[in-house]
Amino acid sequence: MKKTLLAIGLGTAVSMAAATAAYAGTLDDVKSKGHIQCGVSQGLPGFSNADAQGNWTGLDVDVCRAMAAAIFGDATKVKYTPLSSKERFTALQSGEIDVLSRNTTWTATRDTALGLNFAGVNYYDGQGFMVRKSLGVTSALQLGGAAVCTNTGTTTELNVADYFRANNMKFEVVAFEKSDEVVGAYDKGRCDVYTTDQSGLFAQRLKLSNVNDHIVLPEIISKEPLGPVVRQGDDQWFNLVRWTHNAMLNAEEMGITSANVDEMLKSKNPAVLRFVGKEGSFGENLGLKNDWAYNIIKQVGNYSESFERNVGPKTPLGIARGLNALWSKGGIQYAPPIR
Amino acid sequence: MATIKDHARHYVRTEMLPEQAPPAGEVGMRKWLWDNVFSSMTNFSTIGAAISSILMIVLTLAVIALFWWVIVVLYKFGWQDAIWSGTDGSFCRPEDNKGKVPIGTDIGACWPFITNRIGQFMNGFYPEAERWRIYLTYIIGAPLIAGLLMPSVPRKGLNAILLFVAFPIVATILLSGGGIEIAGSTWIFWAVVFAICLAVLFGIQMATGAKGLLMSGGKVVLMAAIAIFAILFALSFDFGLPFVETSKWGGLMLTLVIGLTGIVVSLPLGIVLALGRRSQMPAVRLASTIFIEVWRGVPLITVLFMSSVMLPLFFAEGVSFDKLIRALIVVALFSSAYMAEVVRGGLQAIPKGQYEGSQALGLSYWQTTFLITMPQALKLVIPGIVNTFIGLFKDTTLVSIIGLYDFLGILDSALQDTNWLAPTNQMTGFLFMAVVYWVFCFSMSRYSMYTENRLHTGHKR
Repeated sequence: MKKTLLAIGLGTAVSMAAATAAYAGTLDDVKSKGHIQCGVSQGLPGFSNADAQGNWTGLDVDVCRAMAAAIFGDATKVKYTPLSSKERFTALQSGEIDVLSRNTTWTATRDTALGLNFAGVNYYDGQGFMVRKSLGVTSALQLGGAAVCTNTGTTTELNVADYFRANNMKFEVVAFEKSDEVVGAYDKGRCDVYTTDQSGLFAQRLKLSNVNDHIVLPEIISKEPLGPVVRQGDDQWFNLVRWTHNAMLNAEEMGITSANVDEMLKSKNPAVLRFVGKEGSFGENLGLKNDWAYNIIKQVGNYSESFERNVGPKTPLGIARGLNALWSKGGIQYAPPIR
Repeated sequence: MATIKDHARHYVRTEMLPEQAPPAGEVGMRKWLWDNVFSSMTNFSTIGAAISSILMIVLTLAVIALFWWVIVVLYKFGWQDAIWSGTDGSFCRPEDNKGKVPIGTDIGACWPFITNRIGQFMNGFYPEAERWRIYLTYIIGAPLIAGLLMPSVPRKGLNAILLFVAFPIVATILLSGGGIEIAGSTWIFWAVVFAICLAVLFGIQMATGAKGLLMSGGKVVLMAAIAIFAILFALSFDFGLPFVETSKWGGLMLTLVIGLTGIVVSLPLGIVLALGRRSQMPAVRLASTIFIEVWRGVPLITVLFMSSVMLPLFFAEGVSFDKLIRALIVVALFSSAYMAEVVRGGLQAIPKGQYEGSQALGLSYWQTTFLITMPQALKLVIPGIVNTFIGLFKDTTLVSIIGLYDFLGILDSALQDTNWLAPTNQMTGFLFMAVVYWVFCFSMSRYSMYTENRLHTGHKR
């Protein structure tokens, strides 16, 4: 497609009509072009960022890699389109990308009015606070009278105002356009508190001149469920994205990892056998081969592996599972069973 | 009464004194300093002069202090406290659990961040194995540009054809990989265009009876057809180079692609628009004016954004129009609107006598324009043209809002790499980018000064 379209710019608008293919189901389209076009962020530590070799990694990237593993049995068959927050929905609506996996918050407006569908939640985020340890503050409720650093014109700013008013505390906002400016101002002591989404706090805190002088407070003052998004009206594709995520969660729950998935093929547990495609035809029902889930786990890993690799305690970000732990371990990540 | 001669022998020397060096205050650094620096601050003869001298002393000291402060800060940041080696961000991040940089030390520039990413800053996400194609493009392009810019190099016409016609095609094939699928309708479109041209020529010949029109016009059409089909064929020919999507282009290479395309397209288009706006024909004048005012009246960021967000909504689902080409078209059209006004400014400065003189000599409109007025006008507005070029070169960085990673955009992306999060990376990156941008813009500015001096024929003071 890209190749044909380069030609348009080089001469004529006529070939445009030729390039307008009949728009079939996204899955058929993806299968015929041989890769998934995945919309990601222009860079968000741990979620989607490119390394020095230009390889994309991150929790959001793993969603697309898992889909490629499920469809093609090859997690590398993904092409990434980095999108700014402003153009992300148009890119999806216009069909430029097949799936948007770009730390996008699931809200009512986006789910309904924009003609989009959220296929699940791969990270439960929420707005948090960071303060200096020297303040001796242990709860956000002790922040009365504080100067708060935040980004301009975001919901973060509004959430803070709501929270402080609701708790009858005074505060002063020090707002900047870019995250790097906000961190800089907080680092130089222009404000007492730095607030943004918690996952962001963990990343930005590494840009502080002394990481260990700061703590992230336990309170979360907003709900930010982040997940992959698809166009409305293509249920097959929607199911595929949803069940890719569910497969990663189910694998974690059943203890299937990329290391032991081959042994699991010989398991006696019927739930595991259904999962790896030895029993039933769950893959075929999705329009895929029956070893789809096996391929996801073999090549990308289960949800826990993806989390630990990209944002978990062993990475520079060091984010604990928290809400994103399985339902059986005190979190709210819950996947319907494969049966 | 003694005469001079009588006394002379007592003290007049018979041999010449050797030449002495001029007084220390009249040569070298000291004289320069006295003439240019201290003369303004040593005059205390009147109250007014004394006040101005004191003011000069204070200002001089303030400027010296400011320079000194900048130098000290840069030295401390870029050299003294800088970190020179490391394999990830933890080397530039004070954390006591890692122990690579002790807590509490001042951290300067994180140079390993730059060295680790230099290939990406230069070439974006272009696959490493294919980067030789970018370098080859530079190697082909640089002598062509240099040859065109240096007056002493002969064969300017051939050079221009190579640079403006052949080089873009070679560069497109090298950078994208060639083998571009050209839809059958494109070939048909051009075939129809040329057929219509021939038919029109034939029709005119039949109607007017102008003999040989079909022959001479037909030759031109045939040559154009051969050129176009050769270009289409070259682009569609598979040279066996792997295809690299434009979404992988980035860094300095993307900035140069956008900047140079804008520069090369905007000057001729700007000249045409400027002439159009001054034209006697109402339709041409109106069209040019509307074009210029619409493009100048909208911020570049808005147009880029429209091209990226609105345009796809007009197409059928599944049709995407390469993002880079959208950006190239927008940048080229945008800068030609500005260029048109610069050139128009130059044309307005040409005295009426020049037009009247050339009309009196019986020159046609085109002869007047290209032999008399345009050369003078362009010479006058060299600073304006280069100003627009430099502005355009720096404006290219706005494409980062539509998800293209230009030179500055790639830095933003690198700053978000989980393994390279560190406090001073941003400042280090900005310092590096600023130096590179400055080198490019300053060279353009110096070349413009050189050309002005070369072409100045007496208007300059």
